[in-house]
Amino acid sequence: MADDAFADQERMRRFRDAALPHLDDVFTLARYLLRNPSDAEDAVQECYLRALRHFDGYRGPAMKPWLLAILRNVCNAEFARRGKEEVPTDYAPDDSAAEQMPMWQEPQASPENLIVRQQESATIRRLVAELPQPFREVIVLREMNDLSYQEIAAIAGVPVGTVMSRLARARAMLRSAWNAAEAAVPTPGPVTAPGVSP
Amino acid sequence: MNCDEFESLLHALIDGELDAGHAREVEAHAAGCSACADKLASFRAMHEAMQAAALKEAAPAHLRSRVEASLTAPASRAGAVHSFFRSSRRGFFGGFALGSALSAAVAASLVLAVMRDNQQQAIADEIVSAHIRSLQAGHLMDVETSDQHTVKPWFNGKVDVAPPVVDLTAEGFTLLGGRLDYIDGEPVAAVVYQRRKHLINLFVAQRLGASHAGALSETIQGYNVRHWSQDGLDFWATSDLAGDELNEFVQKIQAALRSS
Repeated sequence: MADDAFADQERMRRFRDAALPHLDDVFTLARYLLRNPSDAEDAVQECYLRALRHFDGYRGPAMKPWLLAILRNVCNAEFARRGKEEVPTDYAPDDSAAEQMPMWQEPQASPENLIVRQQESATIRRLVAELPQPFREVIVLREMNDLSYQEIAAIAGVPVGTVMSRLARARAMLRSAWNAAEAAVPTPGPVTAPGVSP
Repeated sequence: MNCDEFESLLHALIDGELDAGHAREVEAHAAGCSACADKLASFRAMHEAMQAAALKEAAPAHLRSRVEASLTAPASRAGAVHSFFRSSRRGFFGGFALGSALSAAVAASLVLAVMRDNQQQAIADEIVSAHIRSLQAGHLMDVETSDQHTVKPWFNGKVDVAPPVVDLTAEGFTLLGGRLDYIDGEPVAAVVYQRRKHLINLFVAQRLGASHAGALSETIQGYNVRHWSQDGLDFWATSDLAGDELNEFVQKIQAALRSS
């Protein structure tokens, strides 16, 4: 019995060492898939518990894509519960200066224009969060979770060719949204009236 | 390379997914085509801006401690497993607690029904995950043979049931072999069949979940799932096979079991 308890502790320790370093990745995907912070936290918790239960049978692939695949299943169960209603993004449009700062000009962007400001990330996050599924998912897996096409294909359960076409579509959508956001930037001068939503 | 081919490989180039030879071809095309060169520059700038923006979110500290806590206390594991589903139903349960007119007995049976459905749903999800894992990890079979008399004894001592293994080759379902898998933390027997290019995992266990719940038929992530109980065993079949063909498979297995 004591041996069992020890083996259990040891197994749990190995799992923690392998899985906890990916908590930010798991949380990020949950955040974008579920679009709601408290649902995302519940899903992350459930994902780690499920992963622990399956840890004995785990034989690869790499830990990060494995965890993200489990998380995706958890999120699918949540989608099934929610039914058809699509939860609107909770990345609130920034009414701060972020909106008004051209962050990226194409195609003659000079390196200086690519200098990143914090407001930029806020705007990028919002534009990504507004993408429809499954384009949102593929962008997050590629640009935030840094996964390869092969890993994304395995997680989404589609061929690599589908990943490539979804990513192309997603980036094209993101690019036009980005351009639109910039076009909406008012000419410098009087500040836009507060409270006016775009 | 023409502009269409360029377009289809442009993102793979940006993401570093092309081998050196293809990367050179794509870049060579961009060098001679200004429209494509502009496109490449613009998508590359966007990708670099996203990378530079460090978009990955940090998990909140309270979430980190919550997850860590759940991974240290073995006792809490079983109870917390379905916490996500339970918390989703909080409002529903709360209604009963707040003095519903229904008798306690009716309320209790309703609650049980909901829990069991949730549990069955969770197992259906796990069945599909196990199916996908078996395809991904290149670990489809522990024992690879089309001989039912080899597959069946292989499970001896590995699982607590003697899973029925039937040869349906004549009916269009080829027996490929068997595998030990884990569902809901329990070892289960997985018997693998094939029809044309489609693989079917048939999971057999004494009991998965609370009880021998009713039969179930649904589609999860594009995979068809069928569940039934027979001869005191729980059966779960899953495949990317079309629904009616999977039904046919299930009927054949059921018929073979009845006649054996």
